[in-house]
Amino acid sequence: MTEVYLNQFLILAAVLFSIGVYGVLARRNGVMVLMSIELILNSVNINLVAFSAFRGTLGGEVFALFVIAVAAAEVGVGLALVLLLYRNSKTIDFSEVDAMKG
Amino acid sequence: MKFLLAASEVPEVSFTSDVGGGFNIILEYVWVIPLIMALSFAVILFFGKSLGSIKIGDSETPASSTIGIAAVGTCFLLSLWAGAAWIDHRDNFPEADATSVLEHGGDGEHSDDAEHSDEAEHSDEEGAPAYFDGDGAPLVDASVGGAGAAALVEAGEDGHSEVHASVAILKGFTWFQSGGHEFTVGILVDGPTILMLFVVTLISLLVHIYSTDYVHGDRRYTHFFAFLSLFTASMLFLIMSRSTVQFITAWELVGVCSFALIGHWWEEKPNSDAALKAFLTNRVGDMGLLIGMIILYFAAGRTFDIMTINEMAVAGEIPRNTLLIAALCLTAAVMSKSGQFILHTWLPDAMAGPTPVSALIHAATMVVAGVYMIARLYPVFFEGFAISGSSINALALIGAITVVFGGMLAFVQDDIKKVLAYSTVSQLGYMVMALGVGAWTAALFHLFTHAFFKAGLFLGAGSVAHSVHSFDMKKDMGGMRKFMPTTFKTFVICSISLAGVFPFAGFWSKDEILVGTGGWGLFGGSGGSNGAYTLMLVMGLVGAMLTGAYMTRVIYLTFFGEFRGHGHPHESGKRITIPLVILSVFAVGAGLLNLPPGFITGEEAGWQERFGHFIEPQSAAFPPIGHATPSYTLAIVASILGLLGPAIAVFYYFNRVEARSKVEGRSLTELPDGLTSRVPIAKAGHTLLAEKYYLDHLYTDVIAGGTKGPVADMADWSNKHLIDNVIDTAGRTAVTAGQFVYTKIDQPLVDGAVDGAGKASSAFGDELRKSQTGKVQQYAAYLFAAAAVLAGVLIIVI
Amino acid sequence: MTDAVILAYDPEVPRQIAFFLIAAVMVFSAFRVVTTKNVVHAALYLVLVLAGVAAQFILLGAEFVGVTQVLVYIGAVIVLFLFGIMLTRAELGDDESVATERRGMAALTGVLLFGVMTYAVVDVFDDQTIDRTEASTTGQIGDAIFKEYIIPFEAVSVLLLAALIGAIVIARKD
Repeated sequence: MTEVYLNQFLILAAVLFSIGVYGVLARRNGVMVLMSIELILNSVNINLVAFSAFRGTLGGEVFALFVIAVAAAEVGVGLALVLLLYRNSKTIDFSEVDAMKG
Repeated sequence: MKFLLAASEVPEVSFTSDVGGGFNIILEYVWVIPLIMALSFAVILFFGKSLGSIKIGDSETPASSTIGIAAVGTCFLLSLWAGAAWIDHRDNFPEADATSVLEHGGDGEHSDDAEHSDEAEHSDEEGAPAYFDGDGAPLVDASVGGAGAAALVEAGEDGHSEVHASVAILKGFTWFQSGGHEFTVGILVDGPTILMLFVVTLISLLVHIYSTDYVHGDRRYTHFFAFLSLFTASMLFLIMSRSTVQFITAWELVGVCSFALIGHWWEEKPNSDAALKAFLTNRVGDMGLLIGMIILYFAAGRTFDIMTINEMAVAGEIPRNTLLIAALCLTAAVMSKSGQFILHTWLPDAMAGPTPVSALIHAATMVVAGVYMIARLYPVFFEGFAISGSSINALALIGAITVVFGGMLAFVQDDIKKVLAYSTVSQLGYMVMALGVGAWTAALFHLFTHAFFKAGLFLGAGSVAHSVHSFDMKKDMGGMRKFMPTTFKTFVICSISLAGVFPFAGFWSKDEILVGTGGWGLFGGSGGSNGAYTLMLVMGLVGAMLTGAYMTRVIYLTFFGEFRGHGHPHESGKRITIPLVILSVFAVGAGLLNLPPGFITGEEAGWQERFGHFIEPQSAAFPPIGHATPSYTLAIVASILGLLGPAIAVFYYFNRVEARSKVEGRSLTELPDGLTSRVPIAKAGHTLLAEKYYLDHLYTDVIAGGTKGPVADMADWSNKHLIDNVIDTAGRTAVTAGQFVYTKIDQPLVDGAVDGAGKASSAFGDELRKSQTGKVQQYAAYLFAAAAVLAGVLIIVI
Repeated sequence: MTDAVILAYDPEVPRQIAFFLIAAVMVFSAFRVVTTKNVVHAALYLVLVLAGVAAQFILLGAEFVGVTQVLVYIGAVIVLFLFGIMLTRAELGDDESVATERRGMAALTGVLLFGVMTYAVVDVFDDQTIDRTEASTTGQIGDAIFKEYIIPFEAVSVLLLAALIGAIVIARKD
């Protein structure tokens, strides 16, 4: 009889997380960076739901819902920031935005 | 369904208590009234502008105000109905003594009718008020007829009937449940509710009508009427709140509306500042409200139900210390909302709003919410402050101080509305004081009469200001009686009523409060079992003197002397004067509703104290307050004192100032060489008052400034003295030493090393600087990499 | 498919097949999200990943969360992204500026993180299995949210409000 392992979900989440981190670090386009952040948040959600199923409780699922809500808010604010950036410097290329350069 | 209370366990809240249909059905549906106003708000807000104006007769009226007036008018009629139904309901309830219950025929359409209709049946009411049974057992069996003042019989499914000793009508349902907490909402209709229903809708109706003229052509006319509707709706919602959650909601709604209306002309900075000040000052008290209500929630076994909380408080099932803390928290809320001393500062500033709003705020809504809250949760205060049998408590003291201090502040204002504002502060002090000394009925009666004459005064002041386009009595008014005879007459009537002159409304209510203090036990007055609050009596008498005096000043400055302003003032239109006339009629006659027992006839005939009879709750949820025995002596002394103040003021203004004006040939407002300019102490006193006891300075400069000032000062001081000195000394020493070293050691020896070090660190810095790229992602990369490494280390180590 | 699958005889076989298929698609798509040069393509690949996540939720018996995932992410968030792309006038074709020079550093960090996490979960949860037999119902979730998690729920609502206002304040032209 096949078994469903907890680890298969966790490792899938880890893969997505790492890819997300790669995207956040490597991408220059602001919108792309936000998309990568979504990948990270979703991997967290997979973890939450997997643990929820693993432990047989609902806490994980509820918090996954909260994360979804927070992620929606994050996208809203994030895109507003990107728009502001675009309006002020006519670019959303993060590598060109270095006003804080020392 | 079980009925309210087996109090030791978590109380079960009952959700209905019927009035048996028929004429009284309105009592179960009073929630319709705030609903109408809320709908009116929504309609005006969303459609008011697009509806344009409606032609009535030959004048065009904007639709928004017409909707508002129609709504509030409907509400007023419904309130009258509710009042009549209440009178019927109240009198048809089984009285304390079953034998005294008579069949009550013919519903009074109006309270006047009722006054004459049932004389006999409540005859034993006053002497031995039948609060349920003394020991406060909340639940009585139907067979124990002698216990309940009035009882609602709820037939259970098994035929067993339980009696709930309350004449109040309760309706409600569970709004939602969360984690064992049950949030109930519903209506609670009893005497105070009916009273406020009448007052709020009447004043609101008159204010609506008045406003159509007063804010005519205003740029936010629609907005104004929308918020008037919402304001009324919130207040109506507040007065029939069944649960504390509802109460807090309504309380905040009222606050928001006052914010919006005070700041109606927000383009001018002082107005928006005043609105903010009102809102923020109220926030201070609202914290108290919230904390107090939460304490009560847990103390009463997790219920928001006001009746339950009250019953438990009366029955002594909540520890007195808990009640004391809750009562103190709630008192803070009252202090801010009802403008009690030290938190009253927002109230005079709130005069920045349009005058009708001031009238509404001061007479019927905002500020009386605090008083109403005490009245509503009276057992909490009564038991918490141990009002019965003491001679001083926080509530009474705050009220008494407010009476005197507020009254004194009214003397130095030049703005007519500010005088009235401080007058309101002072009168609210009376109400709070009355509640503090246990004179519950007197407090609400004063609230009732005050609503009429204060609304009349505000609207009158607005009428004058509307005509001269200013509120400054000294600069722009004077001699107005010639131009505005109606306004003048109504204003004077309302002033006399406010000053408490026999037989105007203010006299009766103020006298009742003074009697209620039971001070000294002199004059034959006794506070019953409520203790002897001598200090409160003195303060109340002083307040009465002040009231008459400052109103005389206002009347003189506004209506007498010569006109000092510009332009040609003229009497206001009908829509302004008619409300004034109506209000002044009430200001004269409202006092007759609660004549003291034994007045004129010498025996308790039944047509006195109608107010107390109908308004005072008869239930286990109301504390056993004692009723004062009225005293002719006290009434006479109070009247003499109350006339003494105005007499002095009359002498000063109508005699001295008037004569001086003739000499100088111009209209004076004060004697140029009066007391305040000659006697230093008087001058200092005047300055103290003019600066409003420096309370605003205290708040902005000392408290707000005090927290930021010292910190900055200390930093500055330590900078100047400590660090500077150290650095100076170090510097001077260094220079001396340096010069020596420079020539002998440095140049030849160290220089090379130092240069080397400098170059090294500069190079190092340059290298480090490269890491500060300003590129966010690079920083993120460091962050993630470092986190990964740290996590790895943790995993390996653990 | 969930209930049927879960209740079938040895239900785990089709479930595992589904898991690995979906996981493969997700990993591939995720990879494309962060590597493709076309912004719009990236958004569309992101849709695939998000749909995959929703499918995984359903496999785990969290149907409500899965449906919410579809509604919120694919229905709203992606649309927001497309708006963002349009408003910032990104190149709709291949965009070289999307590629970057910091790939090495980023890849290193990613691999490092992946290594650490994988090591950690394998170390701890070695061969533990999920043996859930019933999917959670919406009713249960609702009860949980409004009973046990009412405070976080309220906090999230306030956060959403703050984010709403914040986004407006940040993005509006004054």
